[in-house]
Amino acid sequence: MATATTHTPPPPGRNETTPPKSSAPSQAGDRIFLGLSRGSGIALLVIMAAIAVFLTYRAVLAIADNEGNFLTTSEWNPAGNPPVFGIAVLAFGTIVSSVIAMVIAVPVAIGIALFISHYAPRKLATPLAYVVDLLAAVPSIIYGLWGAIFLVPYLDGLNKWLDQYMGWTYVFDKSGEGVARNMFTVGILLAIMILPIITNVTREVFLQVPRMHEEAALALGATRWETIRMSVLPFGRSGIISASMLGLGRALGETMAVAVVLSPSFIISGRLLDPGGGTFAQNIAAKFNEANEYGRDALIASGLVLFVITLLVNGAARWIIARRKEYSGANA
Amino acid sequence: MAKRIDVSGLSAYYGNHRAIDDISMTVEPRSVTAFIGPSGCGKSTFLRTLNRMHEVTPGGRVEGKVMLDDQNLYGKDVDPVAVRRTVGMVFQRPNPFPTMSIFDNVAAGLRLNGRYRKSELNDVVERSLKGANLWNEVKDRLNKPGSGLSGGQQQRLCIARAIAVEPDVLLMDEPCSALDPISTLAIEDLICELKERFTIVIVTHNMQQAARVSDRTAFFNLAAVGQPGKLVEIDDTERIFSNPSVQATEDYISGRFG
Repeated sequence: MATATTHTPPPPGRNETTPPKSSAPSQAGDRIFLGLSRGSGIALLVIMAAIAVFLTYRAVLAIADNEGNFLTTSEWNPAGNPPVFGIAVLAFGTIVSSVIAMVIAVPVAIGIALFISHYAPRKLATPLAYVVDLLAAVPSIIYGLWGAIFLVPYLDGLNKWLDQYMGWTYVFDKSGEGVARNMFTVGILLAIMILPIITNVTREVFLQVPRMHEEAALALGATRWETIRMSVLPFGRSGIISASMLGLGRALGETMAVAVVLSPSFIISGRLLDPGGGTFAQNIAAKFNEANEYGRDALIASGLVLFVITLLVNGAARWIIARRKEYSGANA
Repeated sequence: MAKRIDVSGLSAYYGNHRAIDDISMTVEPRSVTAFIGPSGCGKSTFLRTLNRMHEVTPGGRVEGKVMLDDQNLYGKDVDPVAVRRTVGMVFQRPNPFPTMSIFDNVAAGLRLNGRYRKSELNDVVERSLKGANLWNEVKDRLNKPGSGLSGGQQQRLCIARAIAVEPDVLLMDEPCSALDPISTLAIEDLICELKERFTIVIVTHNMQQAARVSDRTAFFNLAAVGQPGKLVEIDDTERIFSNPSVQATEDYISGRFG
């Protein structure tokens, strides 16, 4: 195009000194698109920075006047005189409930994903995948209500059973009679909530395993399970980790479902079946409305910690994936 | 232990589509048999029926008999997984397990068959890599990923992986079509060495290759696109390439079609 136009005379009315622009419309389009995408990128950075600055500023204000140790105090009383508050209970509750959720959800999700991608006949796999997609679309408050009204009474029985037969493990020792509005229930509920996203992402990864890797295993005389172990799971390893991190992110930040199910209290207890405990998000949701300005700053400070924990988790996941990069399926 | 393959009346289907029709042939032990023919004539499909890999394709099914010495591979109580442990296969594109080291790739088949001591594994891996003419190139980096090797090296790694379990038969589905001429030569030399120990069947689009490496050559053809592929003739390679008994074979090898 460019060479062709240099030999043709410029159209009448155009200034002779300007270089010929045969592709003027697409250049304008390029420039607009460049401006848009660059602007969006910059806007994203500005918004992120603004949020970080705002959160940090308010958090520092609150922590400066805090009489307790912000990280180790297991008490939340920013309205007191002097104000005393700390995130120990919240950090403990958030991590414990998320760990329970991951321990339950990840194996189940991998199982469902493998069933959909490798075992189920296509007639069954398609609707099943669709149902899993639907599960992801249920709002978290609905999960919370379902958990409080339906799940808690059912789990009462399970709690009694666990207490009776697994009580020696301490974590399943129940010290009182209370209902199952405890961390264990929260963990189970979170597991159900993060199941769809982990399942969907891992299923996609399993479907992308090149046919030739599976045939390599089959031709060596591998059974279906051995084929999955030799080619599908190793190939999908980084995908499984990413999917789990997505799920973990949701579990760490889940608010409404936890707030509805848990009967909160500011205690740290390894007894998962005793009611009580709290999480960052649940605590903020429960206290934000009735808190004064200072109390809100304290809650923002706790939110900042949740943010940092999420960042650390993501960083760790990336590190795990990068560590074995040369063995990843991406080199194939 | 190289074994004789005796195929009789074999047809293979994809769903309702018949891909190959009523094929019978005998493959002698410790020989190289090449399958040639135009694209779509079913030679790869036929190859995959010899280790029951055809049926892992959705809708794939087989009628007829494949005898490996005196065992029918399609007998009622024959486990396809067990068949594939005795009939090894090398694919068109090198496919070492990308997440495994060179050592683990070669040892993969053995580990499927049971537990081995480390020293036994070491011996087998060394023997197999030497058998695949790869040992000298990789002996210092056995714990590096197999995907870091060149294409030709990867294909020889796949051959080492296949022969590590001492199969009765080695099937090769266009093993050189993704390789450069030097690597192709290395694989062809290797095939000539391996036929001392194994029964080898190789599918190739390269007629010079068939002429160079094989003792017997089978020519497959199809009447028209969508029609099932048939075996036109199988004979000594020398005869196929000098004086074939069917006109279509001569037309194909002299480049008049296909």
